[in-house]
Amino acid sequence: MILIRVVEEKIGDMVSQGVVKCPCHLAIGQEAPAVGVAGFVRQGDRVFGAHRSHGHYLALGGSPHGLLAEVQGKDTGVSRGMGGSMHLIDIPNGLFGTVPIVGATIPIAVGAGLAAKMDGRGEMAVSFFGDGATEEGAFHESMNLAAVLKAPVLFVCENNFFSSHLHINLRQPDSSVCRYAEAHRVAWARADGNDLVAVRAVTKEAVDAIRAGEGPRFLELVTYRWRGHVGHREDEDVGVKRKDDLTRWKLRDPISRLAVALDKLGTLNRQQLKSYWTDAHAVVEEAWATATHDGYPPAKALLTRVYSGTMAQKR
Amino acid sequence: MKQAPVTTGYGAAIRDGFEYLLASHPSVFTIGQGLWSPWYVGNSMTDLDSQFGRERVIDTPVSELGCTGAALGAALCGYRPIVIHPRVDFMLLAVDQIVTQAAKWRSMFGGQVSAPITIRAIINRGGEQGAQHSQSLQSWFAHIPGLRVVMPSTPTDARDLLIASVLSDDPVLYLDDRWLYGLEEELPPIEERNLASEGPRLTRSGQDLTLVGCSYSAHLCREAAARLSANGIECDVIDIRVLNPLDATLMIKSVRKTGRVLAVDGDWRSCGMAAEVIASIVEAVDPRLMRASPRRVTLPDAPAPTSNPLERSYYPTVDYIVQRGLALVGAQQETFE
Ligand SMILES: Cc1ncc(C[n+]2csc(CCOP(=O)(O)OP(=O)(O)O)c2C)c(N)n1
Repeated sequence: MILIRVVEEKIGDMVSQGVVKCPCHLAIGQEAPAVGVAGFVRQGDRVFGAHRSHGHYLALGGSPHGLLAEVQGKDTGVSRGMGGSMHLIDIPNGLFGTVPIVGATIPIAVGAGLAAKMDGRGEMAVSFFGDGATEEGAFHESMNLAAVLKAPVLFVCENNFFSSHLHINLRQPDSSVCRYAEAHRVAWARADGNDLVAVRAVTKEAVDAIRAGEGPRFLELVTYRWRGHVGHREDEDVGVKRKDDLTRWKLRDPISRLAVALDKLGTLNRQQLKSYWTDAHAVVEEAWATATHDGYPPAKALLTRVYSGTMAQKR
Repeated sequence: MKQAPVTTGYGAAIRDGFEYLLASHPSVFTIGQGLWSPWYVGNSMTDLDSQFGRERVIDTPVSELGCTGAALGAALCGYRPIVIHPRVDFMLLAVDQIVTQAAKWRSMFGGQVSAPITIRAIINRGGEQGAQHSQSLQSWFAHIPGLRVVMPSTPTDARDLLIASVLSDDPVLYLDDRWLYGLEEELPPIEERNLASEGPRLTRSGQDLTLVGCSYSAHLCREAAARLSANGIECDVIDIRVLNPLDATLMIKSVRKTGRVLAVDGDWRSCGMAAEVIASIVEAVDPRLMRASPRRVTLPDAPAPTSNPLERSYYPTVDYIVQRGLALVGAQQETFE
């Protein structure tokens, strides 16, 4: 969680300085769902994300350098500079793709789950999406399909109450989205998405059931984003005023909550915690520095990366 | 003291169109994502929600298909809704409602009913947004019978063609381009026009070369024509404005005169709008009148990259059009710098 926080703060700073220009959707404050779920992803599982997926990438073990190079459009980035912040991939770590079209990867994850079922090795697919995505038809079709096919899919809705500038209360008749799982007869759980321990508990239960062949599961993890919909600012970018809410949610910081709990248990002291932050900063600064010196994709990449065999047509 | 002329930008002119429609036509309402936020729609909708109420300016859940279909339903019941998709890419989730429902409705039911829905989608390329936030796809939609496709390149057209689209009894796809929002013009008084009689327009006249484009490409063509003129090449510039149904009369007439055509489009090359323009011309113009093979300038057939250097080479520029124009005319190459 600390590494994700530090990487995203770095990206935020670079966006504010105009160094990073691609649209970056930061998940600062929402680190626990990514980390909690990733802890149960094993070799062979297939994870999909959306536009706010830096955390998913890092939690699965993605290198900070690969992400920091990608947001700068460098050839060494995880998508070789072709995708930017919103299009990340890291197959060796199980990340099969993140894309910004809302809801788009939910059916794809169902297909990956189906493939896992056909493979018969107990692997599963994970689909990360936001509360906004539950408003798309693709979500409902996918839940139904996964239910009837008994596809091993973990649907993870990170409910941060916002879809861009609109609060869920302006978009849905209820601020919780588990009723959709109920409707599709997909077993579900709802947890405090800012509490890593709680996230891990519901995830473990769900993943065990999925791997036991019980079909899909749905998790609603309630959390909050500290920054605006896109970019580094808190929310002026989309005209959302939520200062009091934001202040309250910052008191529920998933990192300090865990640190305080571990301190109470005597398993992590202040010194150790401080060294985690220091280490994360060192790793991120070094990755950033390396990435700034990396090269851009060659001009021909535009045409050579379109088809597997031949080149695409010039204009 | 002489008063400075009041100019209006393209985005603000769209807003003028909305304001006029909402004020003078009670059957008009607008629905879509981002209508209460400056972030999605730039200055093209500012404060319309407070002016006309959130019942007529409706911001929605992330439900492109549902909203487009709902607008179509309302259109069948006497309303004139404008659905807004803040990016063309998001509109693709609603393609069934646009292509297979709205566009077919009239003909499928024997011409007895109409579906006066306007679908406004914004083209918003560049900024390292990449493959899924950069499509314009006019070629796709111009392929669909029953769907009028409108792409204004000037502030006046942005306003007046929006009004004409909404007042048209047919489903209309109206595509505006964020790259044009800064373009300013002194606007004439609003005129309610019949979209069925609007079509391509000659925006500059010359005898050496015909440049054809729509939307931002029409703007590039005008700029390129000015530069080519400095090189002694005079162009006819045609702004397509209405892509479907396409009336090629003006282009045919122009190429009969110039014998050369360069079709410019901000969409992909294969099966694209530029190809359609050229085909429509060469089918009608006697080959003996052609002084050079027709050419097109389009996007390369590749999804938009994010990396800045690749992105810069991806989109056609005035420079590139000038270069291609010079090559096509084949003369004065050495004067080009
Ligand atoms: C199909 C589609 N419609 C609209 C958008 C614009 N958009 C990008 S992110 C977003 C908000 C989605 O909210 P949510 O799924 O809750 O995710 P969050 O941003 O809260 O993480 C919207 C509307 C899009 N990218 N794709």
